Amino acid sequence: MAEVRDDVRYLATHEWVKLEADGSVVVGISDHAQDALGDVVFVELPEIGTSFVQGSEMAVVESVKAASDIYAPVSGVVVACNSALEDAPETVNDSPYDAGWFVRLTPDDPSSIESLLSPDAYQALCDDETR
Amino acid sequence: MPFIPHTDAERDEMLEAIGVTTIDALFDEVPMSLRASLPPEMPEGISEMALMQLMQRRAKQDEMSLSFLGAGAYEHHIPAAVWDLTNRGEFLTAYTPYQAEASQGTLQLIYEFQTMIARLTALDVANASVYDGATALAEAMLMAVRANKTNKSKRIVVAGNLNPHYIAVCEAIVSNQGLVLEVLEPDEQTGTIPTDCAPQLSEAAALVVSYPNFFGGLDPVDALTDAAAAAGALVIGVVNPTALALLKPPGQWGASGADIAVGEGQPLGIPLASGGPYLGFMCCRKAYVRQMPGRIIGRTVDQTGQPGYALTLQAREQHIRRGKATSNICTNQGLLVTAATLYLSLLGDEGLRQVALKSHAGINQLVAAAGQIEGVSRRFSGPVFHEQVLQLPVPAADVVNLMANEGILPGLALGALWAPMANCLLVNVTETKTSDDIDHFVTHLANAIEAIKSTC
Amino acid sequence: MLIFERSRSGRRAAAQHVSSKGLGLDLGDDLGEHLRHSPAGLPEVSELEVVRHYTNLSAKNFAIDRQFYPLGSCTMKYNPRGAAAAASQPGFLKRHPLAPEAQSQGYLACLYELQTYLQALTGMKAVSLTPMAGAQGEFAGVAMIRAYHQKRGDHDRVEILVPEAAHGTNPATAVMCGFVVREIPVTPEGDVDLAALQAAVGPRTAGLMMTNPSTCGVFERQIAAIAETVHEAGGLLYYDGANLNAILGKVRPGDMGFDVLHMNLHKTFATPHGGGGPGSGPVGVGERLLPFLPTPTVGQTESGTFRWLDKRDLPDTIGRLSGFMGNAGILLRAYAYARLLGGEGMQRVGAYATLNANYMAKRLTEAGFDLAYPTRRATHEFIITLAKQAKHHHVTAMDVAKRLLDYGVHAPTTYFPLLVPECLLIEPTETESKAEIDGFVAAMAAIADEIVNTPDQVTSAPHTLPVTRLDDVKAARDLDLAWLKTQPA
Repeated sequence: MAEVRDDVRYLATHEWVKLEADGSVVVGISDHAQDALGDVVFVELPEIGTSFVQGSEMAVVESVKAASDIYAPVSGVVVACNSALEDAPETVNDSPYDAGWFVRLTPDDPSSIESLLSPDAYQALCDDETR
Repeated sequence: MPFIPHTDAERDEMLEAIGVTTIDALFDEVPMSLRASLPPEMPEGISEMALMQLMQRRAKQDEMSLSFLGAGAYEHHIPAAVWDLTNRGEFLTAYTPYQAEASQGTLQLIYEFQTMIARLTALDVANASVYDGATALAEAMLMAVRANKTNKSKRIVVAGNLNPHYIAVCEAIVSNQGLVLEVLEPDEQTGTIPTDCAPQLSEAAALVVSYPNFFGGLDPVDALTDAAAAAGALVIGVVNPTALALLKPPGQWGASGADIAVGEGQPLGIPLASGGPYLGFMCCRKAYVRQMPGRIIGRTVDQTGQPGYALTLQAREQHIRRGKATSNICTNQGLLVTAATLYLSLLGDEGLRQVALKSHAGINQLVAAAGQIEGVSRRFSGPVFHEQVLQLPVPAADVVNLMANEGILPGLALGALWAPMANCLLVNVTETKTSDDIDHFVTHLANAIEAIKSTC
Repeated sequence: MLIFERSRSGRRAAAQHVSSKGLGLDLGDDLGEHLRHSPAGLPEVSELEVVRHYTNLSAKNFAIDRQFYPLGSCTMKYNPRGAAAAASQPGFLKRHPLAPEAQSQGYLACLYELQTYLQALTGMKAVSLTPMAGAQGEFAGVAMIRAYHQKRGDHDRVEILVPEAAHGTNPATAVMCGFVVREIPVTPEGDVDLAALQAAVGPRTAGLMMTNPSTCGVFERQIAAIAETVHEAGGLLYYDGANLNAILGKVRPGDMGFDVLHMNLHKTFATPHGGGGPGSGPVGVGERLLPFLPTPTVGQTESGTFRWLDKRDLPDTIGRLSGFMGNAGILLRAYAYARLLGGEGMQRVGAYATLNANYMAKRLTEAGFDLAYPTRRATHEFIITLAKQAKHHHVTAMDVAKRLLDYGVHAPTTYFPLLVPECLLIEPTETESKAEIDGFVAAMAAIADEIVNTPDQVTSAPHTLPVTRLDDVKAARDLDLAWLKTQPA
């Protein structure tokens, strides 16, 4: 049973988003997503300083059988990337919500995170997909 | 029924098992209006014997006794073992190695090929090949645009002494994605690219340099590579693999080396065969490997820890990435890669170097001898690999037609490609030519020129 | 062991060395700074070592010559040796691509006739033999569609429609040509959703790429309505020739309303797959796209001789797609195949390919397997789904594919099309006998048994091959793409 954390928000495309105390936003992929992808072999992260519009392609996560786009959950500017994933992409599988984070953004509008999926709504979506 | 093994009895048994009485009944989902009849343009089938007689006749029609024609496809000696082994059914009739465990022969061979080509070009990695040298260059241009993080541009600066067919192919392919090709004019005297082209390189995604160039000459690759690097452009080298046994490989050009190398692999054990199938090789620095299209074989282990080989980085390819693939390609020139790998294994560094040396000596000898003919001279100055352009006192196309009727292909008349070069003939010599062949050529060339002069 | 590991410094295949004695070269003066300073590092081995090494490697391969290869959509039929021999006449092998036309009449005759046959078989007006593979043929076709709309000044048509079950090359090609891709759903019966298509077409539609039979292995029954829908909206119809074997000689894409198509000679015309290539992907066009054909093609003069047609004859051509004119050697093999079969032989291809597929589908159903489209006729191929086995026994299509290798059969195509879960796409081809098909069914039945009783045998297969299942995660994470000179054995 894939883990759904309750302290983050979600996208229908299986990204999780966490609003930090300093106003920045951290993005990663959910347990459900890493399980569906299989063993992650590579993560392509954006350059620091790049700005993204909500919903645009921000990163790519690659497994042996798929290469999936990671979408910017909110509009903002990249301030940090998890470069540890370069040498240890399997971290995404082992710890999708913690050590396996992808990108930290400074959001244009922090409140926009509220319109994203709640943990319950995301859980329902996953249940639908599995059925 | 050629190649269909069914007896009438078997056919009827199968129809009964399915529950129909005729094969036609199996097409009942096809609207009647679409059912086609026998195409009248197609003749009746012939036996293999009749086929061989027909093809022998047609092939003989086109045979020439001696050729000095290069221009992108070169006549080299192919060791007998190369095609003897390549034509083995296990290589010839095998499929793409998607089921790795059932394809270790092909996969290991391709890994060895990748290694050999990477070493020849002195770059880090190679792919399993693409269709030919021209399309390899087109793919390299697209790759450079994706990979260049410094100059985010769709401009590619191209040496004007590159094979004009390659430029045409690249135009046809890359213009669809908005890439723009800017051609650098070669120097009138040397036929090479001047090194003061830096201003044009500014902000370009890549510079394409041909080595040797289409005229056989050798460009100042070190200076050009440094100029491109300084301008933030990637360097794509279009190279001849035989020449690399003798000449500086792209990975060692300039201070930091070229970024991508491509070329035509035909000289490596593949017959001229009217232009194909050939193979396009692609090599690059490790940092760009995820942007490289085509199949790539990687070494790994199996469940028992034994080394094995498999397709890797497939997520870049069309069958997974679909619309976002690096390319739509799903072929590598497997059979030709097999031949090239066998060729390179048989020749080794020393053997390949000798082929290159003998070819190089041959062109020098031919040009020296031809220069004795009145009105014949070198068109371009400077060192060459195994081709040169001769300036003739008469139209080269007329010389070609006359000599071809005598069974000799003297080279490529350049007038069709560049009008001002109507009297120019691109001549190639490989290790297959003896001194007698060269003398024969020079005699006939002199006669042809005389004959044409006297009719003017 | 790699060929590099057999290398010993100073070892030579000396018979291959040409003497450069007495050439009187002073390379220093001549080539100077252009000289290579250290050798590349090619293997140093004897000729016997090379022959033995690669002969032994070949023995590790599955191949049509050895095993049954029911790979759906790949058409792994017998590669006739006669066709290879005919194409490998010395005069053809030695012919330089740029030889003058006067000395190329034998070769050009073969190509011209092949163009004629392909036109007749597909119902198209003209053919270009230059694309070097199916994917390049697709590129040519879509590029021609783009050229057509641009020539008419219609720059709004930026979308290419593609059924969701389409082969990956279709959307990849559309993007390569600068288009945006829009997917059309497929119904549970395997047909393109006509209503969805009607809703999707409009002034932004450049064209629709599809194949018939479709990638679901069934005939697209509403093709007339599909063609009408797309044409009425001002778009063009592209035919992916991957499944031409099903209808060769029986149905013509031109009659179905397609404006442009590509053929895969390495599938339909029995040219060898060579471990991954070469292919050959000629394109055929109707009247509308004729001006844009890729060059060169072969034409005939009034006196009956043959000549090349290029940009001077076709000023609106999309251009040249290869350094020379395509995979000539493959074209000659395809020509030879066409001469051996003749018109009647071509019709038998479609007929017997369909007979074999339907027979096999029936026998597999009797053995307990589930067809993905049980209400439809099989064409030259069909799909079975192992979703039931995956759910109850945790055995996947991949596991079954690997276990088949132990039974001496190359696995069918797995996981394509993507919309059928745990699927095997199976294409016997017309050159396989009833006995071979029965043998395959028996192997599948045996595996069905194993799935229930000894599933481990299946999930850890293959057991009898030179290697067991390979770690492709490691292959992607720890990239080892070339043998380093300093690598330990």
